[in-house]
Amino acid sequence: MSEAEIKSLEAQFDAKIANDQKIEPKDWMPEKYRKTHIRQISQHAHSEIVGMLPEGNWITRAPSLRRKAALLAKVQDEAGHGLYLYSACETLGITREELYDQLHSGAAKYSSIFNYPTLTWADMGAIGWLVDGAAIINQVPLCSTSYGPYARAMVRVCKEESFHQRQGYEIMLSLCNGTDEQKEMAQDALNRWWWPSLMMLGPEDKDSVHTEQSMKWKLKRKTNDELRQQFIDQTVPQADILGLTIPDPDLKWNDEKGTYDFGAINWDEFWQVVKGHGPLNKKRLDDRRNAWNEGKWVRDAAMAYAEKQAQRKTEAATAV
Amino acid sequence: MSKEIPLWEVFIRSKNGLEHRHCGSLHAEDAEMAMNNARDVYTRRNEGVSIWVVESKNITASSPEHSSELFEPATDKVYRHPTFYELPDELKHM
Repeated sequence: MSEAEIKSLEAQFDAKIANDQKIEPKDWMPEKYRKTHIRQISQHAHSEIVGMLPEGNWITRAPSLRRKAALLAKVQDEAGHGLYLYSACETLGITREELYDQLHSGAAKYSSIFNYPTLTWADMGAIGWLVDGAAIINQVPLCSTSYGPYARAMVRVCKEESFHQRQGYEIMLSLCNGTDEQKEMAQDALNRWWWPSLMMLGPEDKDSVHTEQSMKWKLKRKTNDELRQQFIDQTVPQADILGLTIPDPDLKWNDEKGTYDFGAINWDEFWQVVKGHGPLNKKRLDDRRNAWNEGKWVRDAAMAYAEKQAQRKTEAATAV
Repeated sequence: MSKEIPLWEVFIRSKNGLEHRHCGSLHAEDAEMAMNNARDVYTRRNEGVSIWVVESKNITASSPEHSSELFEPATDKVYRHPTFYELPDELKHM
């Protein structure tokens, strides 16, 4: 293809997105669009899969059968979300094995928040309330992103995500209405998860390298700072209902702007965790690698069984 | 690297009276496992009463490059639509 032809295809492509038309897998797309989408969708899928680990830690120790059933269902949903997203990503011409390899080798990223430990049962409440809350704010705009398979997967994910946040908030509510010790446990979880949840919405706009292009492709519909402000504004009143204190002495309502002002975020910590130096980066990746390696014999056996069955079928058909 | 696990397309009938609709894809070694996985991945909240799984390699898809020759001929055949025919306003039941 000549350069002029590519230019004209690109112009048509940009016009299509500007008109809110979707791009489907077999449509022509700029190589950069394909690569950026593979990066973002796979990161998103990896986050769902790694995100199962901190919560899986508490399934066997849930305080009641009701809580256990809910937590199991939530973790199962996350596996499902990972699978929808991997499938969407594969439509861009990358295989599932390649995607797993990128995760296991450390070449691909996942959401940094899952590198923090879940120390008490209250963390299950805080994660559902704050981490899933921040995820919803990130994900709702993606339901109308330009790449069809990603948008469709996100619609499905968002429908299921609301239960996650509500069950988390209910855990916090029970603890806050419980003994002093239980309420302290809830406050401690909020103290530990608040700042990582704010960081989860991504670097500040001035430091975000992908924002401008991603806005054009509708891969992003609001900037990181806008999403973060939205998250803070809706979460502070929720903390008030619980009777908990947000661990930010600079947090206060700004009447003029109609939003909350908040304190400085420790971005050094964020970049440290992104670069692999968070409390549990190594363990999370080791757990994923082990699960993959130790499950190999199961996948091989299933494949051998399927091949044998298919072979028997052909033999039976030719014998007649 | 071991062999890629085959890809399947999943179609769900949400209730009797409606058609099966494509809802996504998944990997499985054989049809039986594709069916089991489809149940777990796509019908956790009563989304369906019936599932079809089809191995993706068995689907023949049209290419966007051929869109014009496939679909454009229909656009100038307005006489295929009822509104093409000019009939008196007083005419009823038609």
